[in-house]
Amino acid sequence: MSEDQTITIEIDGKAIQAAPGQMLIEVTDAAGIDIPRFCYHKKLSVSANCRMCLVEVERAPKPLPACATPVNDGMKVFTRSPIALAAQKGTMEFLLINHPLDCPICDQGGECELQDISMGYGSDISRFVEGKRIVKDKDIGPLITTDLTRCIHCTRCVRFGAEIAGIRELGATGRGEHMTIGTYIEKSVDSELSGNIIDVCPVGSLTSKPSQFKARAWEMLQRDTIAPHDSVGSNIHVHVRRNELIRVHPKDNESINECWISDRDRFSYEGVYSDDRLTTPMIKSNGEWRNASWDEALAMVVTGLKNAGADIGALLSPNATVEELYLAQKLIKSLGSERIDSRLRQGDFRGEAPSYPWLGQSIESLEKVDAALLVGSSIRKEQPMLAHRLRKAALEGAQISFINPLELDLNYAAQQLVTTPAGMITELACVAKAAGANGDLIDQAEVTEVHKLLAEKLKGAANGALLLGNLATAHADYSIIRSLATAIATACDLKLGYLPEASNSIGAHLVGAVASTGNDAQAMLETACKGYLLMGIEPGLDLWNPAKAANAFEQADFVVALTAFRSANLEAAADVLLPMALFVETSGSFVNAEGTLQSFAGVITPSGNTRPAWKILRVLGNLLEVPGFDYVDTTEVLAEITQATSALVPNNAVSNQVASTEVRTAKNGLQRIGDVPIYALDPLVRHARSLQKTHDAIPAGVYLNAEEAGKLGVTEGDNTVVVQDQVRIQLPLFIDPNVPNGCARIPAALAGVEQLGAQFGEVTLEKV
Amino acid sequence: MGFKNLPMTTVKPTENKESLFSEKVRAEIDTWVAKYPEGWQQSAVMAALRIVQDDNAGYLTQELMDQVAAYLDMPPIAVYEVATFYSMYEHKKVGKHKVCVCTNVSCMINGSDKIVDHMEKKLGIKLGEVTEDGKYSLKEVECLGACGGAPMFQIGTKYYENLTPELVDSILDGLE
Ligand code: SF4
Ligand code: FES
Ligand code: FES
Repeated sequence: MSEDQTITIEIDGKAIQAAPGQMLIEVTDAAGIDIPRFCYHKKLSVSANCRMCLVEVERAPKPLPACATPVNDGMKVFTRSPIALAAQKGTMEFLLINHPLDCPICDQGGECELQDISMGYGSDISRFVEGKRIVKDKDIGPLITTDLTRCIHCTRCVRFGAEIAGIRELGATGRGEHMTIGTYIEKSVDSELSGNIIDVCPVGSLTSKPSQFKARAWEMLQRDTIAPHDSVGSNIHVHVRRNELIRVHPKDNESINECWISDRDRFSYEGVYSDDRLTTPMIKSNGEWRNASWDEALAMVVTGLKNAGADIGALLSPNATVEELYLAQKLIKSLGSERIDSRLRQGDFRGEAPSYPWLGQSIESLEKVDAALLVGSSIRKEQPMLAHRLRKAALEGAQISFINPLELDLNYAAQQLVTTPAGMITELACVAKAAGANGDLIDQAEVTEVHKLLAEKLKGAANGALLLGNLATAHADYSIIRSLATAIATACDLKLGYLPEASNSIGAHLVGAVASTGNDAQAMLETACKGYLLMGIEPGLDLWNPAKAANAFEQADFVVALTAFRSANLEAAADVLLPMALFVETSGSFVNAEGTLQSFAGVITPSGNTRPAWKILRVLGNLLEVPGFDYVDTTEVLAEITQATSALVPNNAVSNQVASTEVRTAKNGLQRIGDVPIYALDPLVRHARSLQKTHDAIPAGVYLNAEEAGKLGVTEGDNTVVVQDQVRIQLPLFIDPNVPNGCARIPAALAGVEQLGAQFGEVTLEKV
Repeated sequence: MGFKNLPMTTVKPTENKESLFSEKVRAEIDTWVAKYPEGWQQSAVMAALRIVQDDNAGYLTQELMDQVAAYLDMPPIAVYEVATFYSMYEHKKVGKHKVCVCTNVSCMINGSDKIVDHMEKKLGIKLGEVTEDGKYSLKEVECLGACGGAPMFQIGTKYYENLTPELVDSILDGLE
C-alpha cells in the first residue's frame, strides 16, 4: 500500500479515514475519541505495557491495545463495548493493586492521569486486600522528586531518556513486583531536558522538587508566556497561586518547542524569588549605598544623563524585550548618542555584519538537514531545544560536524574537530579551500584528508546548514570566522545560520539596539564614555571583557543600571540602581532564532517597588522631554515598532570577503576558552537556586586537560593564579579531558571571574 | 527512533577495551558478539554477564557490570536492567556450591519445605545465605521445569530430583 492512500475504518459505528500503518490510538486521538492510556505518548516509541488502552476489535479473539494495533481497511473497533469496558476496568484494578492511593498528599493530585482514568474507567472498590509494596524514594538530583511507590511502570520516563534526552539515565531494574524505576546506583539525572519526565509521568511518581508541596493543582491559575533565556522562545505555561509562581510547564507548539522545554526554561523562575532581588531604587552617595524613592532616583538619573549628553553608552541585555530595547535606543538616540549595543558577549566587531542575522531557516526545518557544520557551538547547552532538532536529523542519518575549541559530550554520533581558537580559523580556512573557495587566508591553507572529506560531505548535502554558535561569536576573530563560514556556505551551497545566544538577540537587531562598528559594545568600553546606561546585566558576568568594562565605568561620571538583582560587582560600577521587573512580571515580545515575534502579557505583579523596564524608560523619556514617549502599554510600543520595521526581514548576507586577514588570536601561548555555562547565561538563571545545584552548574575555575596540567605541574584541586591582561586572580584547577592542548577553559559568567578579562585571549597560569 | 529499532549504544565507544577483563573472558564474550549483526554487540549482554559472573566466583559487582557496559558500548543502566531482571545473576557473594532449591507448586506439594528445613539446619544458614567457610549457599528458586522429579534442586549445571533428607545429605557431603 502506498503512503498517501487512505483507508476507512469504523470506530463505535462511525466511519473514519485513516492512513495505513497508523496505530489505532493515533486515529482515535485525531478524531477526538477518548481512549484511556498510560504508556502511550505521541512523541515516544510504543511500548504497549500498561494495557489501559484495550479496545474491542471485530473478529479479534480478545481485546487489543489501541496504541499497538495498526489500522486495517474495514476494521471495526468498539471503544465502549462491554468487552472493552470490562478490559479497561480490569486493567485499572490491576494498576491500582500496588498504588498507594495517597492522592491527598500527592503533588499530582487533581491533574493526575491515573486519578482521572480511574474515575472514568475504574471501579469504585478494590478487591485487593493483601499488603501493598513500597519503594524507597531515590535522590535523583535537585530538580526532580521521586515517589516511586506511586509508579505504574509505564516506562515513559525511561523512553524519554533514551529517545528524546538522548542519554539513558533512568531504567527499570528488578522484575515483577521488585521492578523499580531509577538509576540503580545513587546518581543524579543530569540531562538538560530532564524536567520533561515530570510531565510525561502520568502519576505523581516524578514531580518537581522546587515546587514540592507548594500548591494543589486546582489552586493555581495558568498563564502563558515565552521562556526568557535562549533564542528558541519556548512557549510555556506558568502556574501561579495568589500572585506567586509555583512552576513552569511547556506549552505545545510543534514548530518551536514541540511539547518539551529545557530545564533552564522550566526552573529558572526561582530566580524571581532570589534574596538578591533589588526591590527599591538605590543611590550611591559618598561611596555608600542607600535606599531612595523613585522620584529622587529618577531625578538623579535625569541629571546624570543630561550631563553625559551625547557621550553616553548603553549596554542592554539581549534578554530584554523588543519594547524595552526599542525604548532604550530611542532614549539614547534622543540624547544624541549612537552607542547602543546588546551584543554584549561578541568578541570582534570588525567587518561587515549581517543586518538582521538569524537561524537561516525555521526551527522545524533543522530536523530535516542532511548535513551540518557547526562552528563554535556547544549547542546542547546553548540552545537545548535546537540541539534536540539537530539530534533528530542526526538519527535520521544527517552528518553533523563541529569545529570547536572544546570537545562536546553529545547525544548522537558526530564528527568533532577540536582545536585551539587560532586552530579554528585554520580548520575553517582548510575546509573552505577544500570546498573550492578563494581568499587571503584560504589560499595559504594546508588541506588534509579530513578537510577534503568534510567539504565533500557538505557539498554533497541537498539540504545542508552551516551554523555559528556562541563560542564563535565570542571568538576574538569572530569577523574572520564569519567570513570563512560564509565562504564555505557559498562554496558548498549551505544555509548559513546563527544560533543566537539570548531570547531577544535577534529582536535587538530589529529595533536597532545594535550599533555600527565604532559605536559597538567593545568600542564604547575601549574609550570610556561620560555616562552609561546598563539594562538587565551584571557587568562582571554579562560582558565580553569585564576587566575593561570595570575600567570604563570607573572613569565614567555616571552609571545608571536598570537591574532586577543587586550584586557587589554592579554596585561597584553604578551610581544609581533602578529596580526592574523580571520576565514574568512584565509584558513584551521576543524575536526567536527563526525570526518569529512572540508577545506575552505579564503573569504576576512586580515584586516590591520594582517597575517593568519599559515603564522606567517611558518615565525617563518623559522627564527628559523626549517627544513621543507617552505609550499606554507595550502593545502601543510594539505597534510603533511594527510600523517602523515592516520592511525588515531576517537576512544573513554579508560580503564574501575576508574583511581583515589580521588574525588577532595568537597561535602560541595558553589560550583562554571563556564559554558561558548553561546555567550562567543571564542574571535570572544565575539566581535560580535549584539549577545552581545541578551538575551543569560548574564552579569557576581553570579547566585543563591532564597533559597541560602536567606541564604546569598542577593537579585537580590545586589553586592557580590566572593572569590575563595584568589582572591576577586565584582559581581552583580542574582536569577536563574535553579541553584541547594549548587551551585553558576558564568559563565566563561565573561568580569568581568578574575581574578577569576577555572571554577569549592569552592567559598565563602560575602555581600557588 | 525508538529503542526497539536502534541499538542502545553509547555515543563514544570505549577506547582500549583490552584493559577490561582477562584475555580469556574477552575472547569468550567476542564469540557471542560475533553472533549478532555489526553494531548490535549489546545483544550479547546476557552471555557477557554470565561469562563475567562465572569468572568472578559466581557473582556480579557494580564494577563488573560497568565493565560489561563499557565493553559492549552500552549505557550502564541498560546492563543493570538486564542483570537485575534475571534471577540467575547474583549480586552478592555465593558459596562455592550454589544450591538452588525449588519451592514452587509441584515441589512444595511434594515436600520442598522439609528439604529446605533440613538444609537450613544442616548448613546452619537460611535461604539466601552463605556458609561461613564459603562452601555452600542456599537459594530459593521458582519452577525449574523438573516437576516430574519434585522436590528438586540444582547445583551448578546439574539437577538433583526426588530429594529426601538422606539423599540431600549424601549429595551435599559428596561435594568437594
Ligand atoms: S516513574 Fe512515572 S513515567 Fe516513569 S515508569 Fe513510573 S509512572 Fe511511568
Ligand atoms: S497505552 Fe496502550 S498499552 Fe499502554
Ligand atoms: S515446581 Fe519445582 S521444578 Fe516445577
